[in-house]
Amino acid sequence: MNAIAPLSAANAVDCAPVLKERGQREVFCGLTGIIWLHRKMQDAFFLVVGSRTCAHLLQSAAGVMIFAEPRFATAIMEERDLAGLADANEELDRIVDQLLARRPEIKSLFLVGSCPSEVIKLDLSKAAQRLGAKHAPHVRILNYSGSGIETTFTEGEDACLASLVPIMPSLAANAPKNLIVVGSLPDIVEDQFRRLFAELGITNVASLPERAVADLPGVGPNTRFLLAQPFLGDTAQALEERGAVRLDALFPFGVEGTTNWLHAAAAEFGVADSHFDAVLRPYQDRATTALAHQRARLEGRSIFFMPDSQLEVPLARFLANELGMRLVEVGTPYLHRRHLAQELAALPAGVMLSEGQDVDKQLDRVRAAKPDLTVCGLGLANPLEAEGLSTKWAIELVFSPIHGFDQAGDLAELFARPLRRRDVLRV
Amino acid sequence: MQLSVWTYEGPPHVGAMRVATAMEGVHYLLHSPQGDTYADLLFTMIERRSKRPPVTYTTFQARDLGKDTSQLFQTAALDVVERFKPDAMLVGASCTAELIQDDPAGLIENMGLPIPVIPLELPSYQRKEHWGAAETFYQIVRHLADKDRRPSDKSKRRPLVNLLGPTALGFRHRDDILEISGLLDKLGIDINVTAPLGANVADIAKLGEADFNIVLYPETGDLASDYLKREFGQPAVRTVPIGVGATQDFIREVAALADVDPEPMLAEGLSRLSWWSRSIDSNYLTGKRVFIFGDATHAVAAARVASEELGFKVVGLGCYNREYAREIRAAAKLYGVEPLITDDHLAVETAIQEAQPELVLGTQMERHIAKRFSIPCTVISSPVHVQDFPARFSPQMGFEGANVIFDSWVHPLVMGLEEHLLTMFRDDFEFNDGAGASHLGPGHSAPAKQPELVEPANDTEAVWSDEATRELKKIPFFVRGKARRNTEMFAAEQGVSTIELATLYEAKAHYAR
Repeated sequence: MNAIAPLSAANAVDCAPVLKERGQREVFCGLTGIIWLHRKMQDAFFLVVGSRTCAHLLQSAAGVMIFAEPRFATAIMEERDLAGLADANEELDRIVDQLLARRPEIKSLFLVGSCPSEVIKLDLSKAAQRLGAKHAPHVRILNYSGSGIETTFTEGEDACLASLVPIMPSLAANAPKNLIVVGSLPDIVEDQFRRLFAELGITNVASLPERAVADLPGVGPNTRFLLAQPFLGDTAQALEERGAVRLDALFPFGVEGTTNWLHAAAAEFGVADSHFDAVLRPYQDRATTALAHQRARLEGRSIFFMPDSQLEVPLARFLANELGMRLVEVGTPYLHRRHLAQELAALPAGVMLSEGQDVDKQLDRVRAAKPDLTVCGLGLANPLEAEGLSTKWAIELVFSPIHGFDQAGDLAELFARPLRRRDVLRV
Repeated sequence: MQLSVWTYEGPPHVGAMRVATAMEGVHYLLHSPQGDTYADLLFTMIERRSKRPPVTYTTFQARDLGKDTSQLFQTAALDVVERFKPDAMLVGASCTAELIQDDPAGLIENMGLPIPVIPLELPSYQRKEHWGAAETFYQIVRHLADKDRRPSDKSKRRPLVNLLGPTALGFRHRDDILEISGLLDKLGIDINVTAPLGANVADIAKLGEADFNIVLYPETGDLASDYLKREFGQPAVRTVPIGVGATQDFIREVAALADVDPEPMLAEGLSRLSWWSRSIDSNYLTGKRVFIFGDATHAVAAARVASEELGFKVVGLGCYNREYAREIRAAAKLYGVEPLITDDHLAVETAIQEAQPELVLGTQMERHIAKRFSIPCTVISSPVHVQDFPARFSPQMGFEGANVIFDSWVHPLVMGLEEHLLTMFRDDFEFNDGAGASHLGPGHSAPAKQPELVEPANDTEAVWSDEATRELKKIPFFVRGKARRNTEMFAAEQGVSTIELATLYEAKAHYAR
């Protein structure tokens, strides 16, 4: 298989009119990202400054209470904290002292804003400065907002990573070119990509985030970065403001996406196409074999994406182009046109895209279309199953390793499994 | 502010959702930001409900603030009426909406909607889930119970009761209701209304027709029951029928109010728990140390069953819902333990560690704590997880509930006969410490293998002599950890630097119960 030449954004014909909707949204808020971010950044603690609802969300989204004492918690505001901001700040300082005394191993603390903290205008960036000065140099204190009024689900990760950009070390204008893979990936996937880059001859590679906040990569005018996730608009902008250059590409899902994504870096770092092809061929072949198993099951089946993680467009492209699925509607909470330009161009013509949500109206469309598979949130999955529709939990796509060649088969399997199960069951 | 890692209760609007979701034809319009919809998954995933909770979230965003959030609310209200055609609508605010002070009650009042609308005031920064459920149910009853309905002529019918308190997402509510309904039917008593679970607006309207109320879940049913007593003069039975003794008390109390004879039913001996507990295999249960924590109602009931019906020793008792602290304090006095009233699971963890129980009866939180300490545990109360909604009939209440309790509390323990065999064959080549705890296999809550003796378990200076170490190894592994801890504690107290064989046995005598 040959490397797919990067499509130029100019070719990006807007496939179909986008239906913009506004109404009840059945999505998580940005706080949910803490569930995977705290596993990724192992020296960090996430303290949500919010309400009992925030705490309840975190433990409900985490599903089970697995960890003895996880590296996240909520400072639950109470009646007296609402009386005056001075008191709220004092209380927050007390809570942070208490927390850091209890968890001396914590090196970085994120103060995470929530809907209530934003509505009462509790300034967490000031609090982070104040507390940062107090607890330096042992603990670095950062802040971002994961509130539902500002962020939808994966945008919480965007806000978190964007908050890290200003503290990344500066690289000089004459520093050697470096590559940063942006977006938290499961360690196994991160390592696979590192090995691939090394085989290609690109060695100066780092990740944002690294496994420890303390190991943040440097950034400067010779920094190039690849977005591993489609929902990192603010982070990309912050990196660009520090001189880094985004390499435009498809997102690394499936053979097509992963090849294109790696090729963007290879081209930038002067890797010869012949070498690129030679290095990638075994990986592409392996992934193609894995996909062939699922293709028989998925080809021609229709799929409906409810908006959830912003992964919808790249995943739809993968399912349509590599597995032959029919796209009924691709809903996404937010459509970042610039970052998705190549993805949109690669979608089959005439796909129905929707941005935002009015959940009841969208459910009407699901029922009318009767898709073979509906990708949706946990609140909707069982009710749709009970109506006879097969579903795939969207959140599993965020929690599972799905990027790159060696996960392409697993990614397809995630969509195939609900259909196979429906075929198998005789009850 | 309160630092919280895991919480026992959600915010009060989740309590309101539990009531709305339990009922038929009631819709809840919640003024809330994006993200509060997470609560839907509690019902669709944990309880595996096949319908979405009847809740509409107005979903305001930052850009709406200060502009048109109240307009958003009113539009949503009209949409709810048109799309879902509910018989009644609850309206309220979640924590964030409470701060922007849109006054859902006032907004809705001016709209002249064609259905009854019940405004809810649930202060998110003061109250929690159970209270939210109780207050919501009370407001529903206050607004919808027809004040002209009264019991009909008693001579022409069987006694009639209301069952109050069961909600969606309740711990075994579904099965308790079935069990208690069967029991009442057998006593010759009819059920007027069960609410909130399964009730519709017409059911709530006729609450006044019952002769009296039975509050199965005081945490969610008390406020409504108090109102019904004031408004309709209906007395209430508040004995919660968990365990054989409490079920018998319940039957007597209900029978007295209904004017029926309880004796035939009591004489029948409907529970197997009594005999199972008296049978000699259960001897080994005597004095087992049990730590109990949950909502107050389930915790108090569990303490009685543990103490009177299984012969356990209650070494810890507590609840997370402060509203019912009084009940816990009274019960704790009965068993001579310090009552633990807290919603900080770390405090519960510490208390469990200190009490060194052989069995923990708690919520999903305590299950995780117990797992880490390798102590057997059974869940007896909400907060719930998917496992607490078993496919099989599995009540906690009534005589069948007592049977379920016997099985589910005793099975996690190493069995009596097995305990003897373990001691007898401890040096046997295939029946030894390394061979695993029991038929339950790895991963079960059976005690994990203790690590080899390298360091003292406590921060003491005492060193184990070779002889004492060999003797310690002869102690069955599932109590060896405790023996070691106790011996070291004893050594520390006595200022002994080397633990000899004698120290081990002196400690054993010291801690003998």
